[in-house]
Amino acid sequence: MIYRILIEPQSRAAGWKTLFKRPSLGAILLALIPFAAMCFSVPLWDRAEPLVLGIPFNLFWLISWIALSSLCLWGAYRLETKRDKKDGETE
Amino acid sequence: MSPSGVALTIIFGIIAAGAGIGFLAGAHRKMDLEQWTVGGRGFGVLLTYLLMAGEVYTTFSFLGASGWAYSRGGPALYIMAYLTLAYVVSFFILPQIWEMGREYGLQTEADFFGRRYDSKYLAGFVCVVGVAFLIPYVQLQVTGLGIIVEVASAEGIGRTPAMVTAVVLVASFVLASGVRAVAWVSVLKDSLMVLAAVAIGIGVPYAHFGGIGKMFAALAHARPAHLTMPGATANLGHTWYLSTVLLTSLGFYMWPHAFAASFTAESGDTLRRNAVVMPLYTLTLAFIFFTGFTAVLVVPGLSNGDMALLAVVRNTFPAWFLGVIGGAGALTAMVPAAIFTLTAATLFAKNLYRPLFAPAMTDDQVERLARVMVVVLSLVSLSFAIYSSTTLVSLLLLGYAGIAQFFPGVVLGLYWKRATRRGVFAGMVVGVATVALLSLTKRDPCFGFNAGFVALCLNFLLTAIISLTTVPGPAMDRFHKHDLAPRGGRPFKT
Repeated sequence: MIYRILIEPQSRAAGWKTLFKRPSLGAILLALIPFAAMCFSVPLWDRAEPLVLGIPFNLFWLISWIALSSLCLWGAYRLETKRDKKDGETE
Repeated sequence: MSPSGVALTIIFGIIAAGAGIGFLAGAHRKMDLEQWTVGGRGFGVLLTYLLMAGEVYTTFSFLGASGWAYSRGGPALYIMAYLTLAYVVSFFILPQIWEMGREYGLQTEADFFGRRYDSKYLAGFVCVVGVAFLIPYVQLQVTGLGIIVEVASAEGIGRTPAMVTAVVLVASFVLASGVRAVAWVSVLKDSLMVLAAVAIGIGVPYAHFGGIGKMFAALAHARPAHLTMPGATANLGHTWYLSTVLLTSLGFYMWPHAFAASFTAESGDTLRRNAVVMPLYTLTLAFIFFTGFTAVLVVPGLSNGDMALLAVVRNTFPAWFLGVIGGAGALTAMVPAAIFTLTAATLFAKNLYRPLFAPAMTDDQVERLARVMVVVLSLVSLSFAIYSSTTLVSLLLLGYAGIAQFFPGVVLGLYWKRATRRGVFAGMVVGVATVALLSLTKRDPCFGFNAGFVALCLNFLLTAIISLTTVPGPAMDRFHKHDLAPRGGRPFKT
């Protein structure tokens, strides 16, 4: 099996279509915001104090970013569909 | 009737209602392979949403998340972050995967690899890894069901007989009705689950402390370190959090069932819109965490943290309410368990056995073999569940470490023409081997990093390097419309 995977020529791959166009830069940047806020910046917000609305700060931070992430993706969706439409017209 | 009798009666009533819905949804449809596995590829926004949501909220989020909030504290927060970020990732890969699926009639993740890299052997390898790491995920659900019955019966019924019953129920459910039934039972399961989570997330802290804020104030006073990372653990700090969130959010849609669920959508746009809305669903988890954190002060010293949610509910509410929560919990275990065994069995029969050992098999025979595999896989997970005792979250993390190794092959396969079969295969082998080595020698976390994340980095690196040094095959950039007959829908845009 290993031999077949490594040595056999990739002949039928000729049927492969052009790969997908990359997502627009704006959409990617919008998607990076939730990653920065919920993942990379963890040392900055991982504190119990102060309690916000009675909830520890880190938990409150994550809860807010669930909603904000949805908002970022909505923006990305707008950008992508606008681009798709434009591409459709130029074709 | 005794309190545990009341609770158990209600739990089994809810399970019976779920099974009833499933059988009704499956009736009156001819069950061929495509109908049984991808529901005829005609699910609209609603059913796709139900199916995807149905497999997200499993016993892991119900008992596992509260269990970690109880026993580990702060590190449990990773669960909220990764579920949200997984949808962000899905926005950029699922519509493309769907388009490919429609174009080539793909039904499984292994089909994708087989088609993109033109190798049934690579597809077979993906199957083996996929099925192997789905087993801990099924095991997790079976263990969860065992815990529910054990707590609800006030330890009157042992965990093992409960798990055996659960496995029999799940297997017969899958055999009778297929994927459409599972999607419809998700409706009952998710409405119950959301109601249950909110009710106990507010009710339990209120009953013991007079409110969520007062509960957290008391906890911050009594156990100040519990609420932040590393919480009650020695080595699950910020490095672990970061690497685990990355690993699991990238790996989320690499689960063969999640990947295959995207094929059931009506269009790629459905999937994008789903990605925008789905993060909001993660809010339910906050209530589960409230319950888990309350349990720290109310029912301290449990031998198994995964029992915390049910123990604190039993401690707070009358028996019938424990029954409702237990029933919701039982469905959150059974629906995903059904999806996972269905996926694993189809993968085995369709992508491993037929292409490699019996090319002459008809679709009917494949379906029959898949049904046999449902039984076999259920029994394997059951025996693992009986003989092992890790926490639910640890089981899932093991699964993620393995499954995330598909990510480079998928994302580079979609966006990078130079990705080659050899590169992807070598990366995956090294990734899975690293996971096995580090977890078997108990080196997870590895220098503070999640072991699966270390493996994923090696995997990416190797895939890229080997792809650059091997030939991608001729004419990879041309798509010949007439090579393959598209399966319905509009002709492919060139």
